[in-house]
Amino acid sequence: MPHAIETKQLTKTYGSLKAVDSLDIAVEPGEIFGLLGPNGAGKTTFVSMLCTILKPTSGSATVNGFDIVREANKVRKSIGIVFQDPSIDDRLTGRENLFMHANLFGVPASEQKERINRILKLVELEDRADDLLRTYSGGMRRRLELGRGLIHYPKVLFLDEPTVGLDPQTRDHIWKYIKELKQTHDITVVLTTHYMDEADRLSDRIAIIDHGKMVILDTPQKLKDTLEGDVVAVRANNVNALAELVTKWLGFPKTKIVDGALEITVRNGKVVMPRIMELAAQNNIYVESIVLREPNLEDVFLHYTGRNIREDTGKELHGASAARRRAIK
Amino acid sequence: MSEARGFYTLWLREIKRFYRDRTRLVTSFIQPLLWLVIFAAAFATRFALPANLTYRQVILPGIIGQTLLFTAMFMGINVIWDKEFGFMKEILVSPVSRFTIFMGKMVGDSTDALLQGIIVFVIGLALGIPISPITFFYALPIMLLITFGLVSIGLVIASFMGNLEGFGAIQTFVNLPLFFLSGALFPLKGGSLPSWLVDIAAWNPLTYGVDALRNVTLGAAWTPLQIQPLWIDIGVVALFDGIMIVVGTWAFTRMK
Ligand SMILES: Nc1ncnc2c1ncn2[C@@H]1O[C@H](COP(=O)(O)OP(=O)(O)OP(=O)(O)O)[C@@H](O)[C@H]1O
Ligand SMILES: [Mg+2]
Repeated sequence: MPHAIETKQLTKTYGSLKAVDSLDIAVEPGEIFGLLGPNGAGKTTFVSMLCTILKPTSGSATVNGFDIVREANKVRKSIGIVFQDPSIDDRLTGRENLFMHANLFGVPASEQKERINRILKLVELEDRADDLLRTYSGGMRRRLELGRGLIHYPKVLFLDEPTVGLDPQTRDHIWKYIKELKQTHDITVVLTTHYMDEADRLSDRIAIIDHGKMVILDTPQKLKDTLEGDVVAVRANNVNALAELVTKWLGFPKTKIVDGALEITVRNGKVVMPRIMELAAQNNIYVESIVLREPNLEDVFLHYTGRNIREDTGKELHGASAARRRAIK
Repeated sequence: MSEARGFYTLWLREIKRFYRDRTRLVTSFIQPLLWLVIFAAAFATRFALPANLTYRQVILPGIIGQTLLFTAMFMGINVIWDKEFGFMKEILVSPVSRFTIFMGKMVGDSTDALLQGIIVFVIGLALGIPISPITFFYALPIMLLITFGLVSIGLVIASFMGNLEGFGAIQTFVNLPLFFLSGALFPLKGGSLPSWLVDIAAWNPLTYGVDALRNVTLGAAWTPLQIQPLWIDIGVVALFDGIMIVVGTWAFTRMK
């Protein structure tokens, strides 16, 4: 079977900056392909080229077998996209925006009404459908845009950070719907995201990109397996000191501090935990808690890019650490 | 079929947006009124006219032309907004052809501009300017024809602009020259104008648009002062429209 997307040495440069640097990526038909990368990694640039909004500087790519430069028209006929940046008409109502999209993207007139109602229900905007977009909240606008991208059933659907700014419940609905769409309509999905849980739950395969280059590509499970080990997370009254001690005396260089907790990646966590406790006690460090967990995508990301995906994105944090952050502000 | 629906939906959008912008509709009454009442009164005796024509009769088609011009050029601003607010991406990534996208916007904006032109025509009649109301129906298609080319200019310029900052310059460098050099405020023929002005005006498509409007609204009384017979006027305007549509489609094809 031909690839849904195939890029060959695809490159986009802005002056001396290589936003996308010789990417060779093949996306299989029917898969959900996740793109993970820190801010400025080149995800949006990559997606923009594939949906014919941007012309590549060099290299080539096909979407659905059509060349993105020479057969841009045919590419457009087979794709759908939810942009990262706003792209709605705020002088029109929600429903008008959806109808316009349906008309532009060739949804049969007989089906428009029903599909639009279904979408409005999905994104929970039925009661606001006939208000002007400018009276919507940010999250409501995002929901409408997301819904809009799902009205027509393209062969390849690009979702550029689709659920940023949405509440968890809505995200959950959207995820379910995307999975359902994929199954019922045989849609290939390219998803860029900052949310690890989103990438993990939705993607069949994930590519991590950084500085325009692909760092690694695999299934979420395999990616986590490559870290081969456990993560020991310690909360203590002086995590920095503990981090130094652990590195120095136990020889574990893979330590990092995440939201005030020291996280150590090791082969066999169960064996290491007592040693850490011992070390802390000897040095008068009070340990509040110590937990052992499997590595998650966040750890994978850090491992391959040397960065924590959240640290410069300003995206929300969860749980206790989030509360603490809020208290500080 | 899908192209037709694409066209329709883009056309409808321009109409809706225009209709919802009430302030623009209201202020559109004011300017032509000032021209037709104050300017016409002040300059009534400045231009030599045949005995069977009044200056107000001559200036009304000119002010209609001016209204079409200014409204049409202003429409370009919508393209810049669309780019700035990202909506243009939604349109450009759709499978509708660039030609259809351009035409949908252009005809939609032209419909809006035409509405403004109609308002001025009605104001003229309400002011008691002696023009046969029946000529309104001849003037209508001509007004639309004029608008197509003018809107296209605005859209083409806007498609090259990245932001709103430069848009004010259009007023200075495009609107006013086209306006003053079209004979909208005075008859180009009949003697008193310097010949260089008349020569330049001959290259202005709006000259022929305004002339066509005068040919149909003033009839035989205008014949001695006409630039060209009606059919040539219409031919020139139509040719200009055709060229601008080609240029516009090209401009939209290369737009990001
Ligand atoms: N129009 C442009 N002109 C110059 N540089 C640009 C332009 N667009 C993007 N870039 C640069 O290209 C790089 C990649 O940007 P891109 O938007 O693709 O990143 P991204 O991975 O989508 O990031 P984010 O997660 O923040 O959305 C960045 O360094 C950015 O500054
Ligand atoms: Mg991006």
